[in-house]
Amino acid sequence: MLLVVEQFLNGLQFGLLLFLLAAGLTLVFGIMDLVNLAHGSLYMMGAYFAATFAAWTGSFLAGALMALGATLVLGIVLEMSALRHLYGRDHLDHVLATFGLILFFNEAVRLIWGPAGLALPLPAWLTVPVPILPGIHYPAYRLAIIIVALLVALLLYLGVMRTRIGMLIRAGASNREMIGALGINIKLLYTLVFGLGAALAGLAGLMQAPILTVQIGMGENILILAFVIIVIGGIGSIRGAFLAAIFVGMIDTLGRAFLPNLLRQVLSGAAASTAAPALSSMLIYLLMAIVLVVRPEGLFPANRR
Amino acid sequence: MKASTLSKAVTAVMLVGLVLLPLYSSLAGNVFILTLFTRIVILALAAASLNLIMGFGGMMSFGHAAYLGIGGYAVGMLAQEGIGSGWIQFPVALAASAIYALVIGSLSLRTRGVYFIMITLAFAQMAYYVASGLARYGGDDGLTVYKRSDFSGLINLGNRTQFYYLCLACLFGVMLLIWRIVNSRFGLVVQGLRSNEQRMQAIGFPAKRYQLVCFVISGMMCGLAGALLANNTDFISPAVMYWTRSGDLMVMVILGGMGTLFGPVMGAVVFLLLEEFLSQITEYWALIMGPLLLLIVLFGRGGIMGMLGRASRG
Repeated sequence: MLLVVEQFLNGLQFGLLLFLLAAGLTLVFGIMDLVNLAHGSLYMMGAYFAATFAAWTGSFLAGALMALGATLVLGIVLEMSALRHLYGRDHLDHVLATFGLILFFNEAVRLIWGPAGLALPLPAWLTVPVPILPGIHYPAYRLAIIIVALLVALLLYLGVMRTRIGMLIRAGASNREMIGALGINIKLLYTLVFGLGAALAGLAGLMQAPILTVQIGMGENILILAFVIIVIGGIGSIRGAFLAAIFVGMIDTLGRAFLPNLLRQVLSGAAASTAAPALSSMLIYLLMAIVLVVRPEGLFPANRR
Repeated sequence: MKASTLSKAVTAVMLVGLVLLPLYSSLAGNVFILTLFTRIVILALAAASLNLIMGFGGMMSFGHAAYLGIGGYAVGMLAQEGIGSGWIQFPVALAASAIYALVIGSLSLRTRGVYFIMITLAFAQMAYYVASGLARYGGDDGLTVYKRSDFSGLINLGNRTQFYYLCLACLFGVMLLIWRIVNSRFGLVVQGLRSNEQRMQAIGFPAKRYQLVCFVISGMMCGLAGALLANNTDFISPAVMYWTRSGDLMVMVILGGMGTLFGPVMGAVVFLLLEEFLSQITEYWALIMGPLLLLIVLFGRGGIMGMLGRASRG
C-alpha cells in the first residue's frame, strides 16, 4: 500500500514535470508551427543555470528564480536571432536547424561547465519527509514539485483562457493568418510565446535538477517524451498536453515500479529483470503508436473546427 | 529536376574519388582514410535509402537508424549463435528489416506530416529499447562480432580493401536500383503521391499500397547498410539505433540535397568528413557543426546539390 501511494505520487510528479516541458513545446508547435528539437536544450540550460546561480548565491530559491529569468532571456534571444527565420519553412528544415542547435548547446555546455555533471544540493527544509497520510511519508521536495507544477498549470490555464494575451494565443493556434490580418503584432506574440515556453522548460529542468544529476544530454531523452505527449494530446492543445503528460508520467513510473514483479510471475528471474526495464521504457511508445493508429490527430486536436 | 553541369561534374569527381580511394590509401600508406571512407560509404548507403522515401516519396521517417540496428543485430546475433555464413546473415538482415518496415509502415502510414515523423521516431525508440533488453546479446553494452561474415572464400571481409569495395559495390548497386525505381512507373506514382495524394487516389491508385512498398524497399536497403556496418565495426550496440543517429541520417540527406539521386551520398561524405576534420582541429567540433547546420538551412536551400545548381546558373 505504502509503495503504491508513493509510486502513484512519483508518477504524478513526473507527469506534471513533463507537462511543463510539453506545454511550451505544444504552444510553439501549435502557434508558430515550429518543430523545436532544441526545447530539451532549454530544459538542460535551466538546470545548469540553477546549479550555477545556486552555488553563487548560496540559496536554492534565489538560484532557481535567477535561472528562470535566464532561460526566459535565452529563449527570447534564441527566437530573435535564429528561430524566427524558420517560421513558414518546411518541418524538415526545423528538424535540421534545431538539431544543429542541440549540438551547439551540448558542446557549449561542455566548454563552459566541463564534461562532468553538476549537483544541485537541496536546502535542509526541503529534504525532510512530510507525512501525507497517517503512516505515510513523502519527500518534501517532490511534494513541492507537485505543488509548484500544479500552480503553474493553473496559472497557465487562467492565462490562456481568461486574459487577452491568452485569447490571442488561442486565436493564433487555430488560425495564424487571421490574427495577423486583424492587426495583432504577430512577431511580438511569437517571441513572447517562445520565451514563455523556454521559461517553462527551464522551470522543469531546474526542478528536476536536484533529483537527477545535471548533465549534458539530459534534455534529449525527456524531449522525446515531451513530443510523445504532445502528439498523444493533440498538437497545440494545452488540455491535451496536461492529460497526456499525467498519463505518460503514470505509465512510465508505475511500469518501472511494478512491471519487474509482474514479469517475474511469468518469466524466470534473470530474464524478467533484464526484460522489464526495456519493456517499461517501451510502454509509452507503444501507447503513442496505439493512439496514433486509432486517432491519427491525437486525442484532443486543437485545430479541429 | 535537370541536374546542372556543375553538380554533374562534382558528382563525377566524387564517384571517381571513391573508386580510386584504396589506391591512394595504399600509395600514401594511409590506412586510416580507408577505414574512415568505409564508414562513409556505408552511411551514404543508409542516407540514400532514407532519401528514397523522404526525398522521392515525401515520407519523413525520423526512425531510419532502426534498420541500421536491425541489420547489424541480424549479423551479430547469428554470429554469436555460430552461424558465420554471410549467405545466411545478409538475407536474414534484409528479411528482418523488411518485416519491421512492413509492420511499422502499415501502422505509420495512417498518419501524415509531423505525426508521421513522430510515430516513426516512436517505433525506432521501441526498437532501441528492445535491443537494450536483449541480455543474451549484450543488452545496453552491445555485442562484439568476433568473426566477420564469411562468403565461402569468395570475398574476404577481413581484408580492408576488399571490404571497402564490397561496400562501394553495394552503394552503387543501391544507387542504380533507386535510379531505376525513381524512373519506373512505380516510382512516378510514388512521386505523384508526394505532390498530391488526393488527386492520385482520385485517378485510382491505391496510395497506401504504393507508399508501403516503397517504405519496405527503403528499409531493406538500410538494413543492408546495417549488416555492413556491424562488419565494419565488429560491434553492434543499441546506440546505433538511438534517435540522434536517425537525426544524423536526415541531416546527411538534407545537407546533400533531398530528392536528388546523388545528393545524399554527397551529404554523407561532406557531413562525416566535416565531423572528422572539425574534431581534429578542436575537441569542441559540434560548436561549429551546429551553427553550420543552422546556416545551411537558412541560406542553402536544396542542400549542396541546390547550391551547385544555383552556382552554375550564375
